[in-house]
Amino acid sequence: MPRLIIESGHTERQYWHDLWRYRELFYVLAWRDISVRYKQTVVGVLWAVIQPLMVTLIFTFVFGRLAKMPSDGVPYPLWVFAATMPWQFFAASLAGASQSLVGNANLISKVYFPRLIVPAGAVVTTMVDFLISFGLFLLMMAWYHVWPTWRFIAIPFLMLLAFMTALGPGLLITALNVKYRDFRYIIPFIIQIGIYISPVGWSSTMIRQNFPQWTWLYSLNPMVGVLDGFRWALLDGKGGASLPSFVLSVAVTAFLVLLGVWYFRKTERTFADII
Amino acid sequence: MSDIPIRVENLGKKYLLTHMGNRGHRKYTALRDVLMEAAMTPFRGLRRRLGKTVDDEQPDSPSREEFWALKDVSFEIERGEAVGIIGRNGAGKSTLLKLLSRITEPTTGRIELEGQVASLLEVGTGFHPELTGRENIYLNGAILGMKRAEIKSKFDEIVAFAEVEKFLDTPVKHYSSGMYVRLAFAVAAHLEPDVLIVDEVLAVGDAEFQKKCLGKMKSVSEKDGRTVLFVSHNMQAIRQMCQRVIFLKQGKIAYAGDPHEAISGYLGQGVNAESQTAIDLTDYPRTRSIEGAVFLRMRFTDGHGRPAASVRLTDVLGIEMDILAKKPLRQFNLSMAVIHGEGLRVFSEAYSDQRAMPDLAPGEYTLRFEVPMRFFKMESYFVALTLIENGKICDHVEGLLMPEIVDENPNLQMESQRWGVLRVPVTWDLIKPAVKQAAPKS
Repeated sequence: MPRLIIESGHTERQYWHDLWRYRELFYVLAWRDISVRYKQTVVGVLWAVIQPLMVTLIFTFVFGRLAKMPSDGVPYPLWVFAATMPWQFFAASLAGASQSLVGNANLISKVYFPRLIVPAGAVVTTMVDFLISFGLFLLMMAWYHVWPTWRFIAIPFLMLLAFMTALGPGLLITALNVKYRDFRYIIPFIIQIGIYISPVGWSSTMIRQNFPQWTWLYSLNPMVGVLDGFRWALLDGKGGASLPSFVLSVAVTAFLVLLGVWYFRKTERTFADII
Repeated sequence: MSDIPIRVENLGKKYLLTHMGNRGHRKYTALRDVLMEAAMTPFRGLRRRLGKTVDDEQPDSPSREEFWALKDVSFEIERGEAVGIIGRNGAGKSTLLKLLSRITEPTTGRIELEGQVASLLEVGTGFHPELTGRENIYLNGAILGMKRAEIKSKFDEIVAFAEVEKFLDTPVKHYSSGMYVRLAFAVAAHLEPDVLIVDEVLAVGDAEFQKKCLGKMKSVSEKDGRTVLFVSHNMQAIRQMCQRVIFLKQGKIAYAGDPHEAISGYLGQGVNAESQTAIDLTDYPRTRSIEGAVFLRMRFTDGHGRPAASVRLTDVLGIEMDILAKKPLRQFNLSMAVIHGEGLRVFSEAYSDQRAMPDLAPGEYTLRFEVPMRFFKMESYFVALTLIENGKICDHVEGLLMPEIVDENPNLQMESQRWGVLRVPVTWDLIKPAVKQAAPKS
């Protein structure tokens, strides 16, 4: 029979093992969040479609029609939607993960489980919305007679990348938010600014052409890698993705994930005391 | 496999209380406070780094206060034992359970646990109001550490225990509170851990159901040979359930062993046992600030004004208190309330219910009132006292444990075991079928 020893400052060696053992709770919490997500709403799951669609419409008008931004020959709505989808996924995941611990305060102060389950579950939940809007994207492709290519096989990996990009800062912010409630105000700010400094309405090609010396700085934004990657995969290599820039973005994501996990693990033991 | 599934050594838990001026306690901090603190003492860290002695050597800023919720606690629990944990609010019971359930981490000492531990610190943890009863059974089960297959195999049993068959597919937000609690306890009752940790969950639900839960817990420990750790204010339940009781007082073990001893220690603590004369209320913890007048001391006495450590059901309990009016008090009033050991408010009464409210000049006063005990049960009750001036609260103290209520009369003991928080002796009459009246004289 396993013997468990609890001591002060004793970082449990079996943490990752525990995380695996509690995977069922992870599924159940994700299922709970998904099944209550659109309860007591009138249009329900349609919200998952309405949101990216509205952004696409507005961006098509503002950037496509008014500003006449180039879209590398792709129909502009398709062009925007390919980036809106992962962007919305990122934004919703980040917001969900950041609020997740405080939102589950009751659970945290009453039951033991590896707390990492909570923010990770929150990110998985938003994946459902992503899949729905992905379905919509396929319909749009058919409408514009644009056909999938072999590059589609990159999508699961890009999903994983987007997941990690949201999880890293999400872990950091949700852990900080337990102690300093200031951090919940930072999220809307990040999301609002992020959509303009990331290639959602325009393309990375423009940065490379107009500000070649600043491309490295631009690529430090981890969402550049994700969005360029999605356009590359969905729109047959269009969108100005470049390998060095992608690698840099991925490196930043990896760094943020490590930082997030480290800080989360460091503070996790005190969550129940201060939440 | 050893026979000691729980071993606790020198366990301690320290909290830092932050006092935020008059804004009361706030658990989480705003970043602003941290920045302010850093700005106020900009060189502290620097000085420390330079190795100089810092003149303000307090552990932290003066607004911080250390508080040991639990200190130097050691005990062992054997396999299959049912152990009760008792103590007043704030004695460290819940902290101990939280440490054992790994929810928070100890500051000192160590805990060794063997086997699967399940803790039930609250009924219905994680219940989601929008989900149906069926869905919540799975959700709550998973939260308590059950596998899906396990829940599935016990599903019918759980539903039958909770008596909610008809409402399985109704969102629990439409449940009555009784149904909600029944369902929540039913899930927990079907856990099969090696060690079960239960906090005051029986304080909810109706008496019938409480009985059922208690029976279930008893069978878990006796028949299945599981170890049960059980916190309660209900001494009746503790007596029934536990072979051993740990009595906590101010974060330390005051007594561990025989339930009877522990319970009488708990019921007799503070007030009566420590000082036969008076309880000092000047340092007594309060939940609100004092304005204008304050309780100084109080005493429990018998009907003749003598200090009382226990009181008979046939007697009266005298409650005397010294108060200090710091300023002239207009329309002085005092209210007292009696709260049952399980938290239910039994009754309250105010000075103004019987007398006109006087105006008082500054100074010390003694007030005395007597409560007839004939409606009480042999359980624990608390007294709360409130000083009022002109409709505003001056001072309020609560959680004053009444002396133990005793009686030898077996009939009274029997009545005391019935459910409810009071014992009202009703008069019974069995009436024979009316005897036919004699036929009218012809």
